[in-house]
Amino acid sequence: MDEPVAQTGEAGGSAVLAEVRAGSYYDSVVLMQLQRALAELPGVLDAGVVMGTPANKELLTQSALATDDALRAAPEDLILVVQAESEQAGRAALAKVDDLLSARRTQQTDAYRPKTLSSAARMIPEADWTLVSVPGAYAAAVARDALNLGQNVFLYSDNVSVEDEVSLKELAASKGLLIMGPDCGTARVEGVGLGFANRVRQGRIGIVAASGTGLQAVMVGIHRLGEGISQAFGTGGRDLTADVKARTARQALSLLREDADTDVIVIVSKPPSSSVARQFLTEAEACDKPVVVNFIGHTGEPNAAGPAAGISFARTLDGTAELAVQSLGASESDHPSGNPAESFQPTAAPAQRVPPVRPGSCLRALYSGGTLAHEALFLLQEFLPAICSNGPLPGGLQMENAHRSQGHTVVDLGGDAFTVGRLHPMLDNELRIRRLLQEAEDPATGLILLDVVLGDGAHPDPASELGPAIEKAIVAAGRDGRSMPVVAVVIGTDADPQNLRRQLEQLEEAGAAVFTRHDEAVYAVGRAFGAMDEGRPLTSSKLDSYVPTERDCAGKASSFAAINVGLESFTDSLRAQGAEVVQVDWRPPAGGDNRLAGLLARLR
Amino acid sequence: MTVNIDNANAIAVERMIEARPVLTGLGKALETVPNMHEDLLLHAGPPIAWEEASGPLRGALVGALIFEGRAEEEEEAAQLIASGEVRLSPCHHHNAVGPMAGVISPSMAVYEVENKTHGNRAYSNLNEGYGKVLRYGAYSEDVQERLRWMHDVMAPVLGAAIEACSGLDIRALLAEALHMGDEGHNRNKAGSVLFTKLLAPHVAMAAPDPATASSVLEALGENALSVLNPVMAACKAMADAGHGVKGSTVVSTMARNGTEFGIRVSGMGERWFTSPCPQPVGLYFPGFSAEDGNPDIGDSTITETAGLGAFAMAAAPAIVTFVSGTPQDALNATLEMYEITAAEHTAFTIPQLDFRGTPVGIDLRAVVETGITPRVNTGIAHKEAGVGQIGAGLVRPPTELFTEALVAFAEQYGFQE
Repeated sequence: MDEPVAQTGEAGGSAVLAEVRAGSYYDSVVLMQLQRALAELPGVLDAGVVMGTPANKELLTQSALATDDALRAAPEDLILVVQAESEQAGRAALAKVDDLLSARRTQQTDAYRPKTLSSAARMIPEADWTLVSVPGAYAAAVARDALNLGQNVFLYSDNVSVEDEVSLKELAASKGLLIMGPDCGTARVEGVGLGFANRVRQGRIGIVAASGTGLQAVMVGIHRLGEGISQAFGTGGRDLTADVKARTARQALSLLREDADTDVIVIVSKPPSSSVARQFLTEAEACDKPVVVNFIGHTGEPNAAGPAAGISFARTLDGTAELAVQSLGASESDHPSGNPAESFQPTAAPAQRVPPVRPGSCLRALYSGGTLAHEALFLLQEFLPAICSNGPLPGGLQMENAHRSQGHTVVDLGGDAFTVGRLHPMLDNELRIRRLLQEAEDPATGLILLDVVLGDGAHPDPASELGPAIEKAIVAAGRDGRSMPVVAVVIGTDADPQNLRRQLEQLEEAGAAVFTRHDEAVYAVGRAFGAMDEGRPLTSSKLDSYVPTERDCAGKASSFAAINVGLESFTDSLRAQGAEVVQVDWRPPAGGDNRLAGLLARLR
Repeated sequence: MTVNIDNANAIAVERMIEARPVLTGLGKALETVPNMHEDLLLHAGPPIAWEEASGPLRGALVGALIFEGRAEEEEEAAQLIASGEVRLSPCHHHNAVGPMAGVISPSMAVYEVENKTHGNRAYSNLNEGYGKVLRYGAYSEDVQERLRWMHDVMAPVLGAAIEACSGLDIRALLAEALHMGDEGHNRNKAGSVLFTKLLAPHVAMAAPDPATASSVLEALGENALSVLNPVMAACKAMADAGHGVKGSTVVSTMARNGTEFGIRVSGMGERWFTSPCPQPVGLYFPGFSAEDGNPDIGDSTITETAGLGAFAMAAAPAIVTFVSGTPQDALNATLEMYEITAAEHTAFTIPQLDFRGTPVGIDLRAVVETGITPRVNTGIAHKEAGVGQIGAGLVRPPTELFTEALVAFAEQYGFQE
């Protein structure tokens, strides 16, 4: 281990010290906690604890935390950086690292934590689902092990190759198992939310979704309309591409088709490849159940033959929820009302108003949800001429540097490049808080749009951290005489553990204009920039304020059992939902030595 | 050449489990142990030269030569070995095992254990009890006097008693002892009492007089380790049954000579893989500390190799204190060993784990993959010859040992890229 080298920081008088630990692996939750603990030490101004990936090094540079040593680190190296009032304080902080790490270890409970999947399976033989959220480089091997143990797999990890994805999906199909992902953020199986999932009512609408936050927004919308979900299968973002050929989506579709508890089927995906879409929709047509489709960014059906019987297309995620609930009403003649969406009486909610922005200023949208970012790009095309983003969007401009906004910008901070070796921004607000303040300092910024996603798996109280940051950002802009409205859209239900109402209140108190429907928030932002309807106060949506009175969506999980490999927060949220879970104390095989791991694979 | 490692391991570990070691007799090493001769001393662990030997091993070698009447003091004994007149060889090369220094000299008495299932035999010496003893490198006159009594008085009676009971099933004894709080390595309290109980009627008949019977029974019954050596020979007989299976990555030997930790692998013949021996972590007797400790020593790791000792720790919560642990830690120790073993024992079960079989058959691949190395319960010897045991604790062989063996395995069987 190298002696930490101090470098005089840009902020006069402070010192930046870095230490690089070669080939260290830690759970990203541990890294986040260590970073916070370091930042709280006396004399420490800022701290960074990240794996040495290019994206993380770039982030350190943005935060003035980069040193030569840190920039030389390899992706498998752990970088520890502190910016301190003095070199002495910095050294003292770095010297505490091992204590902080071991303090965490001793807090762990005494019960045995299995180190391997097979030993976990032995401990909980009733489990038939395994959640995998280990770093991408190891994820395919873990998922393969799980399938070979007869487990269905929820594969949260991203950065898994297409080849691995196809071979995993073929293996699953050959064993009659389902694999959701890679890069599957959300699902709901047997009444239990997996990964990032909102607490919703059990009901009769089944969903197949190739997107995480898209699925969350639709589930939340359906719940808000008083209906519920039978099953919600995620497929991973690449499933509907020509390479993967909708292998998971088709499997999930046929499960929903056979499912006696599903009356309406919803399909949500970013625009799929047209050949895959055609085949998939042909199969959807063959269902004798109403199907609602949202290919985000596609308004009409891509089928040249015209609208297929039984399939309707929605324009927005919230619109998808509405259509699904309407279809449910249509399919059940004994439903109390023909259109439940119109039968709800909203409780009073203050009309939101987003003031017009300064002429010539730019939108900065900082998303944690990829699909929400995608929908925003799509919906904003009507209002804004050219929008830059770090995600692929037909007609959009690719950002030169995802860490620097230019012009109107919609950035997905949950994108692959940002999540290697660090937590997703739905779990760790750090990245967004830094970016929020960075945008506030930029005179070009006219308005900041944020999503705040609630539910199991997400941060336990995001508004408590984002709220103060929003306040600070508004003040910072105001110091320069700039008005800079902040719009926050909260995706959550009244049953979510974070307390939806409290989240909304905290964000509003911080000065943000808050919304609970994504499309409404985006339209309001568009209007704030656009010429049409300038400054028109938005009427509160009926959906926006509907709060079901009974909390009938918890405690259904008595029989669900699973194994979790990776993020411990998934275990916590499964347990909070009443599921039986065994957490695997996973480490990279052969201590992360790729040569040995390769040898082991041959010796299997 | 392709081998199916999983199948090979299943065969190796099944042979280990099916082996039924029975104590069949007590003989003189020279006449009993294969390839033993007048100018040979056996010792624990992998091969070692006098120059590399640690204090306790040197002391025991010196003491053995004094016991044999070949030398009168250290200098003379050292000269005999250094000159090559007396040669050294690992117990393991002679189907034998010895605790701590593990020194067996030609005229010493050895237990003979026969695996009734597969027919192979294994040997171990007599246990001297606690305190200043040869196996910890002590060789003073009182140590010699004790050795002479054991060989002149106890051994004939013990041999006749074992013969009279026509075989003592050590596997059955161990299975029972596990249910009485033993793990078969550091804790053999129950097993030693069972051993004494089984032999007592025959000792009474075989002894020339009541006083001798009394002293032999006292020596067996008072020594909570009296059964350790027959147990080790039994474990050796079981491990050897699983050795030599082509394509198997199951570890069939783990042993330390006080300088190096060595392992052998079922599918890799007689080849040793060695690396410097770590120092045990544990509790020291009053007046001693880690600074006084010798690196780990002894063949007693054969118990872990056969699925006992630290692998059966869950059965012996009484001894978790030497690693400052809780009863839960004892359970966790065994649970962890399941991660690196190929099977669960059918004869050795653990009440605390709902009578689950002990983890048995360490798979090299699993050790390298998980980074979990075998746990070993061990006694701690003073680094200077003759002081004796100064503590007890836990030791784990270094990961590199297993990595090196795995890479060599891949070379031998053509698994390289």
